[in-house]
Amino acid sequence: MMKFMLLFSRQGKVRLQKWFYAIGDKEKKKILRDLVALVLQRRPKMCNFLDWKDFKVVYKRYASLFFCCAIEDTDNELLALEVIHRYVEILDKYFGSVCELDIIFNFEKAYFILDEFLLAGEIQESSKNKVLRAVENSDALQEENQEAEATRSILEEFGLT
Amino acid sequence: MPAVSRGDAMRGLAVFISDIRNCKSKEAESKRINKELANIRSKFKGDKTLDGYSKKKYVCKLLFIFLLGHDIDFGHMEAVNLLSSNKYTEKQIGYLFISVLVSSNSDLMKLIIQNIKNDISSPKPVHVNLALHCIANIGSVEMAEAFGSEVPKLLVSAQANESVKQSAALCLLRLFRTMPDSMTYAEWASRVIHLLNDQHMGVVTAAVSLIHSLSQHSPNDYKGCVSLAVSRLSRIVTSTYTDLLDYTYYFVPAPWLSVKLLRLLQCYPVPDEPAIRGRLVECLETILNKCQEPPKSKKVQHSNAKNAVLFEAINLIIHIDSEPNLLVRACNQLGQFLQHRETNLRYLALESMCLLAGSEFSADAVKKHRETVINALKTERDVSVRQRAVDLLYAMCDKTNSEEIVAEMLDYLKIADYAIREEMVLKVAILSEKYASDYTWYVDTILQLIRVAGDYVSEEVWHRVIQIVINRDDAQGYAAKTVFENLQAPACHENMVKVGGYILGEFGNLIAGDSRSSPLVQFNLLHSKFHLCSPATRALLLSTYIKFINLFPEIKPTIQNVLRNNNQLRNADVELQQRALEYSQLSSITSQDVLATVLEEMPPFPERESSILAKLKKKKPASAQALEKDEEKHKKSPASVENHVETKETPPPITNSNSVDLLGLGTPAAAPETNNTNALWDVFGGSPAPEEQVIDVNMSKTEENPGVPAAGSEPPTTAANETQYLTKFLFKNSGVLFENDLLQIGVKCEFKDQYGRVGLFFGNKTPTQLNHFSASVTLTDDQQGKLVVATQKEAPSQIDGGAQVQHFLNMECVSLFSDAPVLRIRYNHQGAPHSVSLKLPVLINKFFEGTDMDATNFFGRWKQLGQPAQECQKIFQAKFPIDASSTKLKLTGFGIACLSGIDPNPENMVGAGIVKTKDLQVGCLLRLEPNQAARMYRLTIRASNGVLSQTLCDLLEDQF
Repeated sequence: MMKFMLLFSRQGKVRLQKWFYAIGDKEKKKILRDLVALVLQRRPKMCNFLDWKDFKVVYKRYASLFFCCAIEDTDNELLALEVIHRYVEILDKYFGSVCELDIIFNFEKAYFILDEFLLAGEIQESSKNKVLRAVENSDALQEENQEAEATRSILEEFGLT
Repeated sequence: MPAVSRGDAMRGLAVFISDIRNCKSKEAESKRINKELANIRSKFKGDKTLDGYSKKKYVCKLLFIFLLGHDIDFGHMEAVNLLSSNKYTEKQIGYLFISVLVSSNSDLMKLIIQNIKNDISSPKPVHVNLALHCIANIGSVEMAEAFGSEVPKLLVSAQANESVKQSAALCLLRLFRTMPDSMTYAEWASRVIHLLNDQHMGVVTAAVSLIHSLSQHSPNDYKGCVSLAVSRLSRIVTSTYTDLLDYTYYFVPAPWLSVKLLRLLQCYPVPDEPAIRGRLVECLETILNKCQEPPKSKKVQHSNAKNAVLFEAINLIIHIDSEPNLLVRACNQLGQFLQHRETNLRYLALESMCLLAGSEFSADAVKKHRETVINALKTERDVSVRQRAVDLLYAMCDKTNSEEIVAEMLDYLKIADYAIREEMVLKVAILSEKYASDYTWYVDTILQLIRVAGDYVSEEVWHRVIQIVINRDDAQGYAAKTVFENLQAPACHENMVKVGGYILGEFGNLIAGDSRSSPLVQFNLLHSKFHLCSPATRALLLSTYIKFINLFPEIKPTIQNVLRNNNQLRNADVELQQRALEYSQLSSITSQDVLATVLEEMPPFPERESSILAKLKKKKPASAQALEKDEEKHKKSPASVENHVETKETPPPITNSNSVDLLGLGTPAAAPETNNTNALWDVFGGSPAPEEQVIDVNMSKTEENPGVPAAGSEPPTTAANETQYLTKFLFKNSGVLFENDLLQIGVKCEFKDQYGRVGLFFGNKTPTQLNHFSASVTLTDDQQGKLVVATQKEAPSQIDGGAQVQHFLNMECVSLFSDAPVLRIRYNHQGAPHSVSLKLPVLINKFFEGTDMDATNFFGRWKQLGQPAQECQKIFQAKFPIDASSTKLKLTGFGIACLSGIDPNPENMVGAGIVKTKDLQVGCLLRLEPNQAARMYRLTIRASNGVLSQTLCDLLEDQF
């Protein structure tokens, strides 16, 4: 199973963290700090896998973002690499050529999409179209609601409340 | 700022995120966040009830702040409120907040669970899915208790739609991991298994993960999945990439599902049914074949997905381990990858080959790649790949290539990355010991190891070389000579000084004949290093010096001068001071005879598992295991020192007078060393009996409550760990029976026919007197009349501080008995009563006498004792590596005579003996058959008395 997945920038800013097992906040912070530093110092041609503590770490860089996940000893590294890629593909399709800013400003969407794709650290649905359809369905539900909210005050529109 | 793509935008949130991004400093960011937190808090506390949208927006902001790494201590209630909103979007944010932050605030759990309950039974699948995702994300015990019975219903329900089933399967998996024992779902097993046949690939993909975990937990309930998994896999691998539409990934049909199925099959042995087995082998062949086909795409995703399936198939081939053809093909395929331009593939090929090296069918094929692997070690630019190369070299090492591999590893060690040096040192040490065909090579290798990587040579490594040199007569002279030469280097590592000090102290006499290494030269050489060393090493050197006084009386005055030097006698380090003082006294007061006895050459170390291997196991369980598997095959290696006789030993007890041990403070390796210091302690304590030196300190130390007990209560009783020490004394007659902070009890027994004499030695470890001391033996009802125990010499009722007293018992074995008699000791220490109960190491096997006989005789008697009641047989797992010489040693120690040339299979051990009691003498025959492959033993004992067969069998079970 996948133990956790992280997205962080080249500057080491964590953009998304998903933990698939129970772990304390302190430990999380330590893992984040250590692992981000470790991955950032690796050079481009190096292999995408690392033995780290009790995990196998699989990471890949897409533009300014590192996608990094930790899997268990018996898990398949190459496939984990493709889990990352499939997630990137889904994000890309959903946001239309995704960039780091999309994930910063719509972080909740990134989490929702991940929930449709991975659950309990395992692949729930490997079909890109099916995941996208599920996310778009729930977006459609949101849009219905939006009509009612059109009458919001002007202050609110400017984000002043 | 990017255009917010779709869905309902929370403008306020976007503005807030922009603000944070525009902050120039950490302080500015904190300020902005605090302002926002204050704002949200006032909104939540305000009189005006917030509408759903605002609540959602603020909860989302809080979530953002939390994910930035700040603590959030409010807003949970508002998030829970969102759950009951009938707007999907609000519900969704509520669930996200709770999934991420709930652990910090669980008093809301009841409310949350109630809300999930509502959603899970909602008619809208999207709501059910939200609820399931939340359960799976939190996965707490409360969740498992609340929904453990609800979720399975969704999974097997005919009405639930596909995506709900998918979520339910993985949700259940998470709950199962949380509480595996209360959720085995045996009653659902067959319906869950049949999800493998579901026509919806997504459902199968999710369900296999669940079935995999359930199968690992209760394989029998789920074994039906094997045939279904094989046929599903077969359908996938034979399909073309167009068949599976959405589930084809870069021209590879359903790679995720394939890998999951291949992993599921690794939970079970190869299917017995020829048809299923054949189909599985076919699948594996097809996967191997596909790798030879030209790629359908140049994209890395294509090759990754294809190879992911291939590597998993290879794992399954290794798991099956009975298809030589597949194993060799797998190995060849990996061989191609070893030189692939993709670093990832080289890494994985090295990793998988480590496993193939452990299989007898592919081990030779792996060895063909030795050159390539050595080359990888030298040329790979990525340390993690080099690490894998080291692992593989270690795994493929055997007698034929050990010298080359060890040499290459030593060579690489000079430039190796710091991160992997320590592990490499351990590996070199293990390999050189394991495959040493002659010990000069071993000694050279270890000394070279210390030279090139001294800082990374752990205590275990240099302790081990000393253990081996002491146990091997043929290595001692060479070791002394080589270590002497190494010490002559102008700069040598402190570890070299330790090894040198120890070995010359023991065996310096072997090279003293040469004028270039005369006693004085040896001493001056060692002493020239003395001042550069740490106190622990200096302490060791002082011990070497006193041994020199014994070995070379001619340099006694020189050494005494050094010992009496104020640098030593007034050293700030108490240990050094004490050693110098004691040793100089010892050398001047005692006679040469006493000195010779005290400083006698070290007895051979008990054979035991290499502590290095234990250390490597701790560091890398997997790779050490690989070696163990390998070890069985090579058990004939000359290094019999590797036998795992005692896997777990407690550190030697440390008394105040010898708190720094000569050989390794507090490590298992040091055990017998304590003899020496014990003896010293005897000398100064004024107690005679140099024979107590044989006391071997291998005891488990048990806790004793030193506090004064409340009046009227029982004195604190200490019971030694019986099984552990009794086991030890099954095979020997002397040693330390018990030890705590106050008291040490040694035992020495002699047995002849039905008579036994047991000497007990009570040593007071405290500086104060122990009084009201008494020792008595009690017999159980069962033993009454079967064993007679008489006290021949009683210990005095007072033991002075630091003194040792003796207590002798005479015994006669009247008839067969099965349990050991109990010794009870009571004494007062500083007014507080103490008592200790322990079993005496007197068991029926002590009255054994080995008998010699030839094959005809043996088999004749064996047949005579053919009645079922006379035979007892046990089959048990080997506790230690199967090794003939250590087994023989144990059997002889047990009292039985080992007979060779009787059993047609030389691996098997047979033995014969007679148990002598006053009333009867019982002849007894034994046969012990090891099974190397299964790591099992079968023990058969036949005796004219069936009870005896049973008793002996019970004693010997699990001892090998």
